[in-house]
Amino acid sequence: MSTLLRLATAGSVDDGKSTLVGRLLHDSKSVMSDQLEKIASPGDLALLTDGLRAEREQGITIDVAYRYFATPRRRFVLADTPGHVQYTRNMVTGASTAELVVLVVDARRGVTEQTRRHAAVAALLRVPSLVLAVNKMDLVGWSEEVFASIADDLDHPGEVTAIPISALSGDNVVTPSAHMDWYTGPTVLEFLETAEAGEDLTGLPARLPVQYVIKTRGRRAYAGQLTGGILHVGERVVVQPGGHTTTVAGIDVLGEPVATAWAPQSIAVRLADDLDVSRGALISPAATAPETTRELRATVCHLHEKALTVGEKVLVKHTTRTVHAVVEEIGTGGPLGVNDIGDVVVRTASDLAVDDYAESRITGACLLIDPGDGATRSAGMISVA
Amino acid sequence: MTTTTHLEALEAEAAHIMRETAGEFDRPVLLFSGGKDSIVMLHVAVKAFAPAPVPFPLLHVDTGHNFPEVIEFRDRVTAGLRLEVASVQDYIDRGALPDVPERNGLQTTPLLDAIEAGGYDAVFGGGRRDEEKARAKERVFSLRDEFGGWDPRRQRPELWNLYNGRHCPGEHVRVFPLSNWTELDVWQYIAAEDIALPSIYYAHEREVFDRRGMWLCPGAWGGRSERLVRRTVRYRTVGDMSCTGAVESTARTPGEVVEEIAASRITERGATRADDRLAEAAMEDRKREGYF
Repeated sequence: MSTLLRLATAGSVDDGKSTLVGRLLHDSKSVMSDQLEKIASPGDLALLTDGLRAEREQGITIDVAYRYFATPRRRFVLADTPGHVQYTRNMVTGASTAELVVLVVDARRGVTEQTRRHAAVAALLRVPSLVLAVNKMDLVGWSEEVFASIADDLDHPGEVTAIPISALSGDNVVTPSAHMDWYTGPTVLEFLETAEAGEDLTGLPARLPVQYVIKTRGRRAYAGQLTGGILHVGERVVVQPGGHTTTVAGIDVLGEPVATAWAPQSIAVRLADDLDVSRGALISPAATAPETTRELRATVCHLHEKALTVGEKVLVKHTTRTVHAVVEEIGTGGPLGVNDIGDVVVRTASDLAVDDYAESRITGACLLIDPGDGATRSAGMISVA
Repeated sequence: MTTTTHLEALEAEAAHIMRETAGEFDRPVLLFSGGKDSIVMLHVAVKAFAPAPVPFPLLHVDTGHNFPEVIEFRDRVTAGLRLEVASVQDYIDRGALPDVPERNGLQTTPLLDAIEAGGYDAVFGGGRRDEEKARAKERVFSLRDEFGGWDPRRQRPELWNLYNGRHCPGEHVRVFPLSNWTELDVWQYIAAEDIALPSIYYAHEREVFDRRGMWLCPGAWGGRSERLVRRTVRYRTVGDMSCTGAVESTARTPGEVVEEIAASRITERGATRADDRLAEAAMEDRKREGYF
């Protein structure tokens, strides 16, 4: 039975990130011969991933691109994030759904300021696992000492696995290197295949943000995707905002009745009592429900050219609920420009039932949206005091 | 066991995207071509809103040069559903579009007209990011301007599973629930869910002729004066007959197709789509103009 792993790649310009991604796709046989016709030499592997006309003309990667490859054990969704242009915006986007980040560094340059910034973004977004791919080992004589000093140099709060590679020649990407017998760890692909598939969502408290009400012959079922936990028929639940408690009367997983459902299944639940439940409500077990608040504290990455200022009116999108709000405080005093990261306090017009981002990367996340043109302005990671 | 396979995860994600769209927009519509991706999309939609009916209509842009097997299949599976057909042939007949042999590019005008006439604010498409390089950069919720155009530099960052569907009057959002699926996932899902497809997706004998390395089938669109040969073929994609080629194949069941694709070394578009062979950026250029 094959599982899905979502990962993101990051690295500075010229570290060979696109070549690594091209190599992974190529050596895992995910690149087809009609795409390969455009590749004259291993150095052209980056051409597999630069999709837009402007990217090929300028030789740069502009936007996050998604790549797909599979082995018999696992299916991979890879967010390939550009290293220089709008790096925070792109890296935050790619990392937001990633269970693992592959950070590429050039063995000749080691861990740079930008490497540390990428690692910090991965930590901020709470990506559970980090691979430090030390690339271009061929250009440092396949030196164990160089590799070890780079591996020691990255300070990161989470789990880090360092792997010495040469993306250009393919060493330790998919096949083990013949040049570094001192390295006995996994290749990049072996590691991706066997890494814990991120956090186990089913270990979290159950949360069902209501997306849509399915009405049939007077019966109402509340449709949504479980963002965490396990939900049982007969369980006591609370509907927020409002705080009414009731019992789960029935659960369907995409039309099939079940006794138990778990994250990340898309389900529909029926409740024992006739409550006023609509899109934007949150259904949780009564015993482990989150607190509601109108004072939202979050660390935000600002993603838009128009700066975020104190006193500004915004929309907060949290799970399936969108509410009016005003920016009350910015930690630095603001404003926050594009690619800035800062702490904010936002006062909302109605209650939000939120988790800390450290608890849940879904019910702890939000967007700040421009009420005028609908643009996505900031991405927020919520703190619950 | 509370584990989730990759197909279950992709299906749950697609259902989530469809329910978000139904919850956030006033008038969604689902583009239904009778091709496998739109059939899978419809299958997920039926499950996502069960036991209620799918809460949006279907729209087919018919080039007039579709495979008869596909039109027959379309009419059969959409019986009882609301299906609107935008006809390229009607535009040609009244002189609004040129009568060129290759009709794929002609679909954009009838599509945009139908979106405007229907007042549709969200349009589901079966596009997948693995299909093509420009599509690899496409968002799940893709904002289109009032001319239906796509500007890759104006795309919104898309984080977590928070899809921002806000748009101005006149704009609409293209929604791609199968963004993260690959051709192999689609076929594994068809096999697992036992989903019916038009017969031409499976190996059959057919009179074909060779054009630039692709097996094309003659029909109302032309090709009848070509030198025909009989081959056992199937179609990996289903589009306009004039530019959709068959591949030689003996795969007669979904399981056999899964095996064939897993071993294939050519992408489905590279193997079968003349329209994408025109230029490196052919798809990007068509998307900018408002194509699917």
